[in-house]
Order: sequence, then C-alpha cells, then structure tokens
Amino acid sequence: MYYEEPGARESLGLRTPKHEDLFHSHPEYKVERDDAKCIRCLCCVRQCPYETTFYDPMRNVVYDVHSNCVNCKRCEVMCPTQAIEIKKWGCGFRENHHWKFRDYGAAYKQSDTGAVVLTGLGNDNPYMSYFDRMVLDASQVTNPSIDPLREPMELRTYIGRKMENLEDFGKESFQEYPNILAEVPIAFAPMSFGAISLNFQKGMAAAAQELGTFFNTGEGGLHEDLLPYKDNAIVQVASGRFGVSKRYLMNSAACEIKIGQGAKPGIGGHLPGEKVTAEISKTRMIPEGSDAISPAPQHDIYSIEDLRLLIYAIKEATEYTRPVSVKIAAVHNVAAIASGIVRAGADIIVVDGFRGGTGAAPKIIRDHVGIPLEVALAAVDERLRREKIRHMASIIATGGIRSSADVVKAIALGADVVYIGTAAMLSAGCTLCQQCHRGKCAWGITTNRPDLLARLPVEMAKERAINLVKGWSREVKEMLGLMGLNSIESLRGNRLKLRGVGLTKLELETLGIRQAGV
Amino acid sequence: MKLINAKGVYYKQLNEMIRAEIRSGTKEIKVTNVVGQRYIGGGLEDGDVKIHIEGVPGEDLAAFMDGPTLNVRNNAQDGVGNTMNSGKIIVHGMAGDVIGYGMRGGKIYIRDDVGYRVGIHMKGYLDKVPVMVIGGRAGDFFGEYMAGGIVVLLGATTNNSKPIVGDYCAAGMHGGTIYIREEVEDRFLGKEVKKFSLEKKDEKLLTPILNEFLSDLDISLDIFDFSRYIKLIPVSSRPYGRMYVY
Ligand code: SF4
Ligand code: SF4
Ligand code: SF4
Repeated sequence: MYYEEPGARESLGLRTPKHEDLFHSHPEYKVERDDAKCIRCLCCVRQCPYETTFYDPMRNVVYDVHSNCVNCKRCEVMCPTQAIEIKKWGCGFRENHHWKFRDYGAAYKQSDTGAVVLTGLGNDNPYMSYFDRMVLDASQVTNPSIDPLREPMELRTYIGRKMENLEDFGKESFQEYPNILAEVPIAFAPMSFGAISLNFQKGMAAAAQELGTFFNTGEGGLHEDLLPYKDNAIVQVASGRFGVSKRYLMNSAACEIKIGQGAKPGIGGHLPGEKVTAEISKTRMIPEGSDAISPAPQHDIYSIEDLRLLIYAIKEATEYTRPVSVKIAAVHNVAAIASGIVRAGADIIVVDGFRGGTGAAPKIIRDHVGIPLEVALAAVDERLRREKIRHMASIIATGGIRSSADVVKAIALGADVVYIGTAAMLSAGCTLCQQCHRGKCAWGITTNRPDLLARLPVEMAKERAINLVKGWSREVKEMLGLMGLNSIESLRGNRLKLRGVGLTKLELETLGIRQAGV
Repeated sequence: MKLINAKGVYYKQLNEMIRAEIRSGTKEIKVTNVVGQRYIGGGLEDGDVKIHIEGVPGEDLAAFMDGPTLNVRNNAQDGVGNTMNSGKIIVHGMAGDVIGYGMRGGKIYIRDDVGYRVGIHMKGYLDKVPVMVIGGRAGDFFGEYMAGGIVVLLGATTNNSKPIVGDYCAAGMHGGTIYIREEVEDRFLGKEVKKFSLEKKDEKLLTPILNEFLSDLDISLDIFDFSRYIKLIPVSSRPYGRMYVY
C-alpha cells in the first residue's frame, strides 16, 4: 500500500491534514523531550492543563500535540529529570517585518470561527516604554545621600483628600477627610475573584494586611473568606454592581468606582457563565452559571455630574467614612477627565495605563487602545497642580509597573501610590503566558478549577507577595537615599529627580522632565 | 412618628438628621417640604423603619438601601433604588431614569410613568427576588441587561398615546421576567428575549404583587385580565456565549 492511497494514512495511525489545519500545523512552541532522560513518570501529562501532553501505554511513549502548547512552563519546571525544554517551533514563516505571528495567528483563528480573539494579561506590543527612557538622579558632594540602613526612611503615605488650608487645622472651619494609611507606596491592583482564584486573592489580602497596605477586590464582590482582611480592602463598584451592597461598601478601607481599565478602555467585562461557579455565584450574588456582564458604561453615568452623583451616593451610604476612588483608563484626554473626576468629589483617582493586565479582553483592543501610563500620569499630575486641586485627590498609578524603579519613576511623575497586578501574579509564579482568559492557569492564579487552584496554596501566595513588596520597598528606600530624600512623600511629583534619555523635546515636555545632562 | 422639616436643609444635613433619628430608635419618620434633596434613605439598613416623604425627593433615593420602607407622596427623580438590597419604595407619582439599577432585592412601586433605562441590571439571587411594578409607561432600554427579578409594566395609570415601552426593551436581558400589560411589537424588543402569554403560574405569582401594589398606592385599577399581558424571558442565560475565540 502506498502512503498516499486513500485510507493508507489512517491505517498507519497517521492523521490526514486538512486545509483547515493550516493554522494548527504551524505551532508556536515545541515541547522537546529528551527521551533518554524521561523516566515516564507522567508528571508532565498530569500537569499540562492545555491538552498538549499525552501518554501512549501501548508504545510507552510520551508525546505532544505541540500546537496546543502555550509555553506556560509548568511541565518544564515540574519534570523531575529536566527532560523537557519548550522551544520556539521551527523557523516560523518567511521573515516578514510587517506580518507577525500575532497578526496571522489571529487571522487564522478568526477564519476558523468568525469570532473576536480573546487574550489575557497586558499589551505585549513593542511600543516604546517611557519608563525605560527615564533615569534617576543621585546626590554627589553637594547634597549628601542618606543611608537607609542606618537612618530613618519613611515609605508610609496617606491616601485620600487632604485639607484645604494648613492654617485652618484645629479651627471650626477645618474639615477632615477620611484618609487611609499605606505603610508602603505599593498596593495590589484590582483583580476580581472569578478572574483570579480565591487562593491568590486571599494570598494578596493576607499580604496586604501584613504589609500594612491594600488589596483591591476588583468588581467581583468580596468573598466571605476575605472578611478578616476588610480593613485592607478597597472594594470596587462597577457597572454590573456584582456583590455590591451597603455591607460590602462598609467592609472596606475605601470604595472604588471602576470606570475603565487600561487593558480595555471603553469596553466592559464579561465573566462567561461557565466560570460562575458556586463560590463565585455567592460572592457576586448572581445565580450559578449565568453570565456576569458589566458593560463599559455605568448606565447611570453619562457625565461628570452623574459621576458625582454616584460618588456621593457611596459617601452618603458610608456616612463619609470612606475615601471614594475613581479608576479610569489612560486615554487621550486623561488630564481633563481627571480634573472633572476630582471636581466631582473623588478622593482618589486611579490611572491605569495601556500596559495594564486583564483577565480577559479582546486582543485587538488590548493591543491598540489607550496610552502609556507614564505620559498619562505626568499629564494628570500637571493638570491637577495647575488647577490647584492636586490636594483634593491622591493619584494611584497602575498598568505596567515592573520593578521598584518603575515605582520610583511613577511617584516622581506624580503618583502617590502604585498598584501592582501582573507583578503580584509573577510573585505567585505566573509565567506571562497570556492565557488567563481560558481559566486554566497552570499556576493556579487565574483559574477556579479545583485541581489547578490547589497548585497555589494561600500561604505560599501570601509569603511570596510579601517578599516581593518587601524587596521592592528596600530598593525604593535605597533609591530615595541616594537621591538624598528620606520620605516617599518628598519624591511625589518631584520630577527634578528624573532625566530623559533619547526622548524628543515634545516628549520631555509632556513628561515634564529635563534632558539628561541638562 | 417623628417629623423632620426639610425646608431649606441641604441634603447632607437632612440625611444626617434622618440617620440620627434612626440611631436614636425612631421607627417612623415623616419628612416634609422635600425639594430635591438627594440620597434620602441611602444606605439605611433597619427593616422596621418607615419614612414618609412629602415633596419631591432628589436623585438616588434609597441608593444601597437595605431594609426600610420609603413612601413618597409625590414624584421621584432619577436613580430610585440604585443597587438596593431590600426594603420597599412607594412612589405616588412618576419617577425618572435608571430606576432600580442593579437592584438585588426589595420592592419598588411607582404609580405613573418612568423614564429611560428602568430596571436595568436587576438581579435575583437565592431567596432575593427584586420586584418592580410601574403603573404607567416606560422609556427606552427598559429592563436592559436584566439578570433576575420581576418587573411589571401596567400602562394603566397614564392615558397616553405613546407606546407602552420605548426602543431596545430587554436588550441584553439574561435573567428574570418582564410582564407587560399590553402587546409589544417585536421591533421594540432586544433580540435576547422571547415573548410568551401568561400561564397559570404567572397569574398566581402576579396576583399578590398587583394587590400589594394597589393597596400600597391606595388606588384601584382594572389590571387583572391576564390575557392582556405578555411576558418576556431571555432565550439564554448566556447571550454572548459564542462571540469569542481563544
Ligand atoms: S515529567 Fe519528565 S520524566 Fe516525567 S514523563 Fe514527563 S518528560 Fe518524562
Ligand atoms: S504544561 Fe505548558 S509548557 Fe508544558 S506542554 Fe503544557 S502548555 Fe506547554
Ligand atoms: S496568570 Fe496564569 S494564565 Fe495568566 S499569564 Fe500568568 S501563568 Fe499564564
């Protein structure tokens, strides 16, 4: 029988490629297994959540459907003999600087289904990073640096509206606004239970409590297991109002109205029904299995006046005991919008840059909508200062903070505090595989499948998140010290500590910083 | 019953006065001369509290409320019962836009017409079934994104030539039930719902609700001919299930 005869391939146990398999025959990654090292323990078979690795007992081989591999690295890490190496598949298509895998890969999928391509995590396109074009100052001779190991160094900061006039302090006209105290200028970004696992959320909550900072529930409600951490919770109110009640608002340190998200400005969230499990149903207060839809606009907010209405509805309901935050995505007119938000009564404004992560978003939107955090932050801080309303709200910067250097640069650009999302996930073992939307996270972070969830014990998530923030805090102190500063608050908006490298005049102006060497 | 005169009192003080009364144990309060003060009843939690409101209360009446009964002897504005969890609101008049947004429990009875986007994002959960009855007519986007609960639109109190609901009625609806006491043409309806006539169980469900509505508002209406009603229920609890690829 010739190989090409009808039925011949099948009788040999081979598949007959179809035209539609075009995409699948070009995998992105290859699972390379050193057969000499493989002891057939089948750990990799059990560990892969993406149906890549199988065992054939007849032939005693472990084999792979390479096109399913997402390079999450779970099998590589777990293989006891280090027999596995995930590699890029082949040479790819003929070199083409215009058509990248991200384009033709998506087009193939869409040609299969006619659907919108979803993805997770943040924008991974090669846009320029302004963080990488800014460097920090250091003291030499004239202004001595401070040794943070031996001298006091303050990282604590208060979040919320500040008083109008220092002179009024203690007088009858003095009005005090609720502020919340963060011992470190780093808090955990909004990530909702449903998008992330309960274990991961608990880990962050416990870490926030121990660190004296905050975690953010996201828009998915507050699970009862998180009640012990309520004093470190920033609770979100979004258009779907999931789990939002008076009690929810009071189980918090602060309340946050979610208008937008950097990963998907202008579009809403949607937790598909199959992910609404019993626990998630309880937390969101919606029936099991029903879609949790939160459209982009809050349909009671069509103007700054309407936003004010909701801000004050929350303030009234909480009897003015909680600062109210408003979170927006960084978009073109962000400074004007921010000014309106502050005037509407927000005590905190969160600016989420276009590198910000997501549990699920259309890839096309994640990759092409919004502006970089750095410029948005600089514009917002500048505008609020110019209008003399900067004291009326704290600024939280988020969306793409990768290191303590980014923290310091963001604060020097005007932020009071930063939120970390992706970095917090990294502390729990995230390998940036961008599959969060599939609910099968191999590391137990963005999944609620019990077997996968069990891979991330709460204690571990907590310890590692604490370590990350502690490590960063030490570095922030070092950087403050070398700049001759001894408190994080004297760095806020202190753009003289930044210099630009390789930026145009206009970019320098937009960031409000000077050229290096000047 | 405690009396609070709202004349010339800013909403912040007014609501503080109401809260102070409740804290001191008052169960029944009458607020007179209300002219647009916002957030009355906002975040109140005591289920035994009754507040009578004379005049027109302002926006977000009873936002995040969890228990009390509010009786409004006049019209109400936008945002009545915003994200309310339980309790009852009776409005002897009209109400504005976005009534019962994200409401998870309790009852809202409005005698006359309501504006746009009424009953949107309403949710039911376990024993919590929010109920809203509107005696008059409604604007566009009625019951949009509705995910649970019961909304009844009677079109009985206002004699109007305009249609009983506006465009995009029940668009994106994925839970709960809408009853409308009049045939609605398909062009007004979101594609996520189907129209049915009422069954016996619907009548059994509606009769006590309608009776309570009438007695709370102290009116009598000829609204028990269930053959006139239609019912809208979503075709799927997953309206957007097949839109995405991984
Ligand atoms: S985990 Fe490693 S040793 Fe075990 S079956 Fe897989 S490749 Fe072989
Ligand atoms: S576990 Fe991850 S890296 Fe390993 S084969 Fe599966 S998808 Fe690929
Ligand atoms: S959270 Fe999980 S699924 Fe998402 S990128 Fe990280 S490892 Fe991948």
